[in-house]
Amino acid sequence: MSIDRREFLKTLGVAGGTLTGVSAFGKSKQESNSEEFYAILHDMTLCEGCQGCEYACAEANNNPPPADDDYPDSAIRRELKPDQFTVVNAVETSYGEVYTKQQCMHCAQPACASACLTQAMKKHEEGPITWEEGKCMGCRYCMVSCPFDIPKFEFSSNNPKIGKCQMCFERLKEGDIPACVENCPAEGMFFGKRSEVIKEARRRILDDPDLYVDHIYGEYEAGGTSWLYLSPVPFEELGFKTGLEEKPYPELTKGFLYSVPSIFMLWPALLMGLREATHKDEEEEVENG
Amino acid sequence: MAEHTIPDILEAPQNRWKFILSELKPKKSIWTIFNMISVPTVAVAAVIIVYRFIFGLAAVSNVTQSVPWGLWKGFNVVTGVAFAGGAYVLTFMVYILGLEKYKPLVRVTVLNGFLAYTFYAFALILDLGKPWNIINPVIGNSFGTSSVLFLVAWHFILYIVAQMIEFSPAVAEWLGSERARKILKRMTVGAVIFGITLSTLHQSGLGALFLMAKGKIHPLWYSEFIPTLFFISSIFAGLSVVIFQGSIIQRVFAYQMEDGSEERQNVMIRGLAKVCAMAMFVYLFLKVVDMVHNHTLGYLTTPMGAWYLLEVVGFVFIPMVMFVRGVRIGTPGLIKLASLLTMIGIVLNRMNISVIAYRWDQLPRYIPSWMEFVVTISILFVQVWIYRWVIHRMPVLRTMESMTQSKNA
Repeated sequence: MSIDRREFLKTLGVAGGTLTGVSAFGKSKQESNSEEFYAILHDMTLCEGCQGCEYACAEANNNPPPADDDYPDSAIRRELKPDQFTVVNAVETSYGEVYTKQQCMHCAQPACASACLTQAMKKHEEGPITWEEGKCMGCRYCMVSCPFDIPKFEFSSNNPKIGKCQMCFERLKEGDIPACVENCPAEGMFFGKRSEVIKEARRRILDDPDLYVDHIYGEYEAGGTSWLYLSPVPFEELGFKTGLEEKPYPELTKGFLYSVPSIFMLWPALLMGLREATHKDEEEEVENG
Repeated sequence: MAEHTIPDILEAPQNRWKFILSELKPKKSIWTIFNMISVPTVAVAAVIIVYRFIFGLAAVSNVTQSVPWGLWKGFNVVTGVAFAGGAYVLTFMVYILGLEKYKPLVRVTVLNGFLAYTFYAFALILDLGKPWNIINPVIGNSFGTSSVLFLVAWHFILYIVAQMIEFSPAVAEWLGSERARKILKRMTVGAVIFGITLSTLHQSGLGALFLMAKGKIHPLWYSEFIPTLFFISSIFAGLSVVIFQGSIIQRVFAYQMEDGSEERQNVMIRGLAKVCAMAMFVYLFLKVVDMVHNHTLGYLTTPMGAWYLLEVVGFVFIPMVMFVRGVRIGTPGLIKLASLLTMIGIVLNRMNISVIAYRWDQLPRYIPSWMEFVVTISILFVQVWIYRWVIHRMPVLRTMESMTQSKNA
């Protein structure tokens, strides 16, 4: 039995990173592949608010289906729940009633995954961010960090889960497309590699510039997401979060995390030096102490 | 237990257990006002905690999906750690700068810090959804090394160990083990240096936790400087606690005080008040720079702006002036009052960032339940119990010699 050299170095790196917290801060993998993540375009000019996606989502994730009296209504705002990973809302706008679909945006460089201290939130090469129950300790830092307020916590359970869309990761691995996309009768969603999806979105805007607002929501928001939206009205009108950072959210803590190893090296040396300079006779001090 | 003097017992190790057992008994009447309030409160809290683990957080706490961190995290952890900052500042002054005159304050402050951290770790566990998974980031099957919280958690654990080492000579003296004392004493300087480094990083790290909550925290409180501001404010927060607890100790443990201890105490708090005032000045300066830099001056006229000014002017600027004035005219009373105001200001600041100005635009607002308050206060009560127990028995405020002398007398 021998330890693979690479594996060994990795372990060594992680062990060293314990104190400094930065060694594995790399995100190059995600960054270099970010165009190759899967992505989904939701075209709100096509959505009819039938809740087909909600039912499909509930079935795919073993969640309860929406209640009979729980449907999109412009008078109320429906929220995501720990056991409801996607929600359709009706919004009254200048264009008429527009239906929005909310779920995890699957950011290219997610705040939640970089916030997670146990790697329970994980970004996969295919694009989805999944949550792993056996690792999570329920600290809810992912909820504090998520710029879209997506993760929901089962506050009334003694063994709580974090509920959020996983982009049907299991289905993707088997070559299927996400349940909501497959079950949209209006064909309001378009699934593919992110670069293709963005091209498709651009094509739609170009083909019908009067119908669409000239903005693909999610192309740059929070550093780019895997869910992208086209809208007939400005996104503020729909209650989308605008004014988000265009850089990835983990960048906000990068400066701090990078300063950690420096302080860890500098401080002890500096403190030792200061002590040497101010204490004349060490032995005496210890004896009297 | 009055019949034997401490060195007697310690000759034979089998007697050490007897000694420890005898020390567990209360030394004074247990019917004090403090106990009459704290015992029932802690009993209620114990029931609440059991209830919380059976029925989930929502059964006792009002935290919501949009404000997922409530009083336990905001007060017990984020505020509490700032209050415990006195230990690293004082050990820096005494062991690094060699300011020996502050040495009498070190043990009691380190004890306070150690207990504070231990109990805040406990509060954190209460708040976790799956506390049994807390071992994951520790044992290494899933290191989230890109997480600020990972860093804070590890530094927290290591700092508890460092403080334990810093305090351990007092325990060795109490048990009369001269050999252990000598060994432990030699580790002090290492623990101090390690501890100051860890404190710098996790005090600022607690602020850095909120960096990703940009847009969720009111612009007056959100700043790229949060880590620096947290670090600087932990200096005057910690020292204010040292100043304030000093005046309580003088009264509660009056029997342990030697002649002239009050005057010495006053000299020390004058010195600490200077450090506080200086740190507060730097803090306020950074706040102004931040406001100008982020163009947040306009928010000052809004209701949140008034709340902000109350915090920054009422509980940072005014106590700063009081500290300076107190040092100039030499009135300990004014300095003690300033330290109290400073502590209130720190509670306001930490609570604002983690709870009040966090999703300030969200309705309905999060207001802690009475059960959350009971648990929060109970954690402090239990901490005071242990603190009191230790000070009555161990050489914390006085030396071992003076303790044995007073016993033999």
